[in-house]
Amino acid sequence: MTEGRAAILAEQFDDAEQQHDAASLGMWVFLATEILFFGGLFCGYTIYRNLYLAGFVAGSHLLDVRFGATNTGILILSSLTMALAVHAAQLGRRKALIVFLISTMLLGLAFIGIKLTFEWRHDYLEHLVPGIDFAPQGAALAEIQRFHAPLPHVELFMFFYFAMTGVHALHMVVGVGILTALLIMAWGGRFSSDRYNPVEVSGLYWHFVDIVWIFLFPLLYLIGGRY
Amino acid sequence: MQGHVVPKKTYFLVFITLIALTALTTAVAFKDLGPMNTVAALAIAVCKATLVILFFMHVKYSPGLTRVVIVAAFFWLAILIALTLSDVFTRNWTPNPAGWQSSMLLDR
Repeated sequence: MTEGRAAILAEQFDDAEQQHDAASLGMWVFLATEILFFGGLFCGYTIYRNLYLAGFVAGSHLLDVRFGATNTGILILSSLTMALAVHAAQLGRRKALIVFLISTMLLGLAFIGIKLTFEWRHDYLEHLVPGIDFAPQGAALAEIQRFHAPLPHVELFMFFYFAMTGVHALHMVVGVGILTALLIMAWGGRFSSDRYNPVEVSGLYWHFVDIVWIFLFPLLYLIGGRY
Repeated sequence: MQGHVVPKKTYFLVFITLIALTALTTAVAFKDLGPMNTVAALAIAVCKATLVILFFMHVKYSPGLTRVVIVAAFFWLAILIALTLSDVFTRNWTPNPAGWQSSMLLDR
């Protein structure tokens, strides 16, 4: 074993394979806590949706499926570019790694951008922000009345909507930060086919955030009786 | 090199399947299937999540220990949801004893 390889392998590990598996395992233990963190929100959503169905159906109709579906596509595409970034790192292709990391970042930012400018800003202008300014008017109010939904129940849906998408978007922002750190490291040539665990482990985090959205999209936008 | 290198072709196939499933779940949402709408939406979401976990997250090629942690995580999630729901949705199955305020949640 050369000096360089020895530096790559931390002393507590027998070999590089074990180090690699330990890194993934550690990330999965963290993701287990994240699954339960989001699980609490999903559980609460299920309970209140069953109690106040009309309010939640009406609330779902206040969201725009087009933006939800577009963002789902963007996030899945970003997962693909992240997977390709890990692939490039495994093969020691520095240039491809940098390109895929930047694409993943841009797609992540596009997701947040759509959420902010087309969805949350719209909700703010339509007075649909729960707790701060919840006074639906015009088309939104007509939609709520169509389902005979009591306003507080719709407001509760909007609480869940903002809490769930907000916490998810926060995870995206953290993800973009992680990608920035990876990009700086990749730029400096810190990764090779022998040392790419940070890329792989960050990839796990990014894919997890994608999975959360895969469940948020149908639960918030789709199951509210769109027909 | 450590870890399994998944061929690029696999990633592209998974990506196309995920996009197709997204289109499917969106299309199904606009058809009136009664309670099956929710079932279909969740079933498709579970399929998509499984694809991401197995291929994008390399769990198909992961050692058993990692898989145990993942299964345990989802098992704990199942406990969280199943026990909470079994409490909330069965509170009014038996009549409340006289003099008790009935369950705040369900009698509104």
